[in-house]
Amino acid sequence: MRAWFFSENAYHLLPDSKEYDSIRVKLPNRYYDPKIGADLYHRFIDEWQIAEDLGLEIMVNEHHQTATNLNPSAAVVMGALARDTRKARLLILGNPIANRREPVRVAEEMAMVDVYSRGRLECGFVRGVPYEMSAGNHRPTRMMDRFWEAHDLIVKAWTSHDGPFNWEGKYFHHRQVNIWPRPYQEPHPPIWITALSPSSAREVGARGYIAACFLTGFEGTKVVFGSYRERRAELKLPDPALDRFAYAALVYVGETDEEGYAGARKLMWYLESNKVPPQFTSPPGYHPIASAVNAMKGTNPGIFKMFQKPELGALMQNGLVFAGNPDSVYKQIMRMYDHVGGFGHLLIMGQAGFLDHDETVKGMQMFVREVYPRLKALA
Amino acid sequence: MATNVTQTGWMSVHGVRLEIVERGQGQPILWLHGEEGLDPGAPFLDMLAAHGSVLAPSHPGFGHSPDVASIDTVDDLSYLYLDVLAERNLRNVTVVGSSLGGWIAAEMAVKCHDRFSGLVLVAPLGIKVGDRETRDIPDIFALPPDEVARLQYRDPARVAVDHSALSDDQLTVIARNREATALYAWEPYFHNPKLRQWLHRITLPTLLLWGADDRFVTAAYYGDAFRSAIPGARFETVAGAGHFPHIEEPAAFVERVSGFMSERRG
Repeated sequence: MRAWFFSENAYHLLPDSKEYDSIRVKLPNRYYDPKIGADLYHRFIDEWQIAEDLGLEIMVNEHHQTATNLNPSAAVVMGALARDTRKARLLILGNPIANRREPVRVAEEMAMVDVYSRGRLECGFVRGVPYEMSAGNHRPTRMMDRFWEAHDLIVKAWTSHDGPFNWEGKYFHHRQVNIWPRPYQEPHPPIWITALSPSSAREVGARGYIAACFLTGFEGTKVVFGSYRERRAELKLPDPALDRFAYAALVYVGETDEEGYAGARKLMWYLESNKVPPQFTSPPGYHPIASAVNAMKGTNPGIFKMFQKPELGALMQNGLVFAGNPDSVYKQIMRMYDHVGGFGHLLIMGQAGFLDHDETVKGMQMFVREVYPRLKALA
Repeated sequence: MATNVTQTGWMSVHGVRLEIVERGQGQPILWLHGEEGLDPGAPFLDMLAAHGSVLAPSHPGFGHSPDVASIDTVDDLSYLYLDVLAERNLRNVTVVGSSLGGWIAAEMAVKCHDRFSGLVLVAPLGIKVGDRETRDIPDIFALPPDEVARLQYRDPARVAVDHSALSDDQLTVIARNREATALYAWEPYFHNPKLRQWLHRITLPTLLLWGADDRFVTAAYYGDAFRSAIPGARFETVAGAGHFPHIEEPAAFVERVSGFMSERRG
């Protein structure tokens, strides 16, 4: 198993949450101090470099109009990391391509990072979280059609080397596509896609890309990975290797369980601070009709409630947080691993909120020294 | 007499299946619903059917009408309903549209109103009035649901819906109506930047009806912009109603529409 260190680059120095009704979309940026923000950017880049030094891979994501994540452009921060690192694989998970107006620009940026890093880019595509419909002014309906058209255009841009091609699709129009640079890796960087539902898992499985689950817990993850495998079998394609599956959780390893739990409680800031009103969590069309109906009836599955009132015990019980001493964490990861039929990538959300630099580094060190060797042996 | 007032039927036009309500006899009336969708049990439908033959479709994606992959704009809907009039060979039709439905009706009328006898636009959306930094229409997708109701209804408490009392089918219709509204109205937001410049093509008798207490798009601002863009349009308000007068003041609403129709007959 490969482990990836991931941080949301949050800006955590916010007023009391009673003072605002949403941390996303509309929180005024007067609460952001660019001088503190500059220190935070440098700190987080330092932490990614330390992750590389320790032997971890690097993961970056992007979000928009939110204090929970100050990377509105994953390509920009990965551009810096491509220069400041030498050996780690560089995963962007991901580019929200259903929301981007210009897929060709994404193809260019990703090719550039791939070349810049001498072929270390792992390129993720995501649909984008519901809060970003307003932030990006993007229509929440029929998003996956737009997503796959953007994907098709990007892959074609990466793999066409004989001059311009024409694209007049339903959503995107480019009559002369001919990107410079082209990607370093042949035919293109590995593609990852976040899959949170069986239907998207089937699409990802059919294409053989890496499917990543974020905080989907035991049952959600099992369904997604299972749908991926089923779809492959239906299409009579080879069984997927473990490296086609990734799981993301909040992870903190301490010397003792207590130290691990204390770190995890600080990571939970990410869930606790996610104060967002319903008009931004559920823009019409983003979620399937059935889940909109369940929301009106108040019968959505418990995992939704867990995000509303996060508690460490319940989060650990459900496999959203792996925390404790090294043995405990190893056992928790293996419980998930065995339950979902195995996975080849652990995406470690290892920094959030008030977890300071030393604590963040210690959590990484403990993981690498005490847990990672046992996980590596799985592959 | 024991008719089921919530019963709907179906029609097809060029392969598009539409759930419809058909009620009444006489002069044809096409009712184009707004964001709230088509409630077959709404009192105004029966009242309207006393004055003519009402045809009221659920737009694709609304109610039980299936989504249609190739239909995703109000422009598409306007052609669809021109096709419906042709398919049924209806003439002298009074086309009545509310809010989003008013936008559809206006888009139809600028294209071709040969089959119309008159047009009633009930607090229609669809045009850009102010400058680029003026939010002409409140952003329903970024406001708390209670605030949207407060803007759209004079008395939101009277129309409040208890979701726990509804069937799964009724809740599904609510969810589909919201989703279809986002499909047609997300961007440009509830308008076609080009529509206003072509409204002068509406040369048939036109009534603009506005709830006197419409806080969503006011008569003084948005209504006035429509009036000045459609030559000769008459402007009337319905007292005691917000953005959806057919829901809040159905009798007064139908009285205005039937009055307008009887002038055409005369």
